[in-house]
Amino acid sequence: MALRVIKPGMLTTVQDAGRWGYQAHGVPVAGPMDPCSHRLANALVGNARAAAALEVTLLGPEIEFDEERVIAIAGAEFAVTLDGRSAPLHAPFVVPPGARLTFGARHRGARAYLAIAGGIATPPVLGSRATHVISRMGGLDGRPLRAGDVLPLFNARRVQSAGAPTAPVLPMPERDARIRVMAGPQQDRFRADALDALLSAPYTIRQDSDRMGFRLQGPPLAHADGADIISDATPLGVLQVPASGQPILLMADRQTTGGYPKIATVISADIPIAGQLAPGDTIRFEICTPQQAMAALIAQERALMPLEADRS
Amino acid sequence: MTGYRLVAAGDSAIVIEFDDRIDAAVNARAIALASALQEASVRGVRDVVPTYRSVAVYFDPLRTAYDQLVDRIGQELRHPSPDPSAARPPLRIPVCYGGDLGPDLPEVAAFAHVSEAEVVKRHAAATYRVFMLGFVAGFAYMGTVDASIAIPRRPTPRVRVPLGSVGIAGVQTGIYPAETPGGWQLIGRTPVKPFDANRAEPFLMQAGDHVQFFPISREEFTRWPSA
Repeated sequence: MALRVIKPGMLTTVQDAGRWGYQAHGVPVAGPMDPCSHRLANALVGNARAAAALEVTLLGPEIEFDEERVIAIAGAEFAVTLDGRSAPLHAPFVVPPGARLTFGARHRGARAYLAIAGGIATPPVLGSRATHVISRMGGLDGRPLRAGDVLPLFNARRVQSAGAPTAPVLPMPERDARIRVMAGPQQDRFRADALDALLSAPYTIRQDSDRMGFRLQGPPLAHADGADIISDATPLGVLQVPASGQPILLMADRQTTGGYPKIATVISADIPIAGQLAPGDTIRFEICTPQQAMAALIAQERALMPLEADRS
Repeated sequence: MTGYRLVAAGDSAIVIEFDDRIDAAVNARAIALASALQEASVRGVRDVVPTYRSVAVYFDPLRTAYDQLVDRIGQELRHPSPDPSAARPPLRIPVCYGGDLGPDLPEVAAFAHVSEAEVVKRHAAATYRVFMLGFVAGFAYMGTVDASIAIPRRPTPRVRVPLGSVGIAGVQTGIYPAETPGGWQLIGRTPVKPFDANRAEPFLMQAGDHVQFFPISREEFTRWPSA
């Protein structure tokens, strides 16, 4: 009841829905960069929404299973093969004992999610299996997978069968993504024209970006009165702006608090799209209302819920 | 001390901001509000995070009765619950000051124009307030450090600060709960772990706690029972 890592890929980590509930103690949430595809992969194999799965980044791994399992892959589009034969995306399929799963060329998106029926059974830390590499917490010894690692799996609750591919819930972004934000929480710390500047032209994701945050390069955003604030909480998807005026989009592994003003926040429905971007990709920000943000989230939920209901 | 405002941070967080200053009374308001909201366990709320002068409430927008949440926050703001941390006795934390465990102690002494022993005396004399936790799991931002020894951060942060290091950054003091990069001026080390996920109570400190440091010898440091 285990999977063995033959090649680890660039950055493959165990992620569940995140370590919520401990931010008051300084514990970062972590969890999937694209929570929508993580949830879809779990739904396809009949797992609970928050089950631990693998997040695969840019260059995928090669993995061997020691017993028959149903698995599913969602998110970024890789050429995946099972013992040399093409494996489907967004559909559950059976891997026979000893079979080898190989992630090949990547076409669109940055992160794929591999869910295994039953889920990954690494020990939870503070109630979560999410890996936070910087603080060496969760997952497998708090680190990305390495060649030779063996990951324990839970027994699948019942035998799942292979199924037809579902329509993708989240269209993978091309290298230029449109991401919607709501202004705030601290747009009043910026000059009146800063929000217009944010929306005026695309921002490029710099090479020194990671799961903590995307460092963006684009029109500078001018503060009204300095770039230091008394440290406060840093939500997922917030755009914090240090003295340089170049925003940092805070992602899954962000610290719980920070001392820079925050001009705008990516809406929940567009976090998964941001999570599918990589250094070199560009983002065009668009402003939206709370009503539009909710409508987008409800649409995503309506696509995911029936898949979960069918299989739980 | 009556001002506050509610601001949205995207579609899944509300921030309640109090007066824009670092102050024990303002901080106590934030902590009291956060404790009350945690106790209330409103459906859909994922996390409640008090900081120096504000509280962030994270919620699942599809599973939270938003109006109910805002009402609950409003109630607490109109009729605040007492700050539960005020009743807790101060935590006493042993520190072996100076030497290789506190490599910046000479610099702090030079900054303050006093002896190393006097820096230790002044650091250990105060009762500090834990204003908030952040940076990494279990890192408590404590204040207020005596102005005479309130040395700024090191110009270049260290790549690795050992676990348990006690540092000063301006009027703040803190303990590194893990080996991390860090720019605080290190004056000593504690044998006590601020964070241990495997301990029954993983976190030594929480926001609102009061902390006193007391000096121990190198020998006591080595023999200190690990909790």
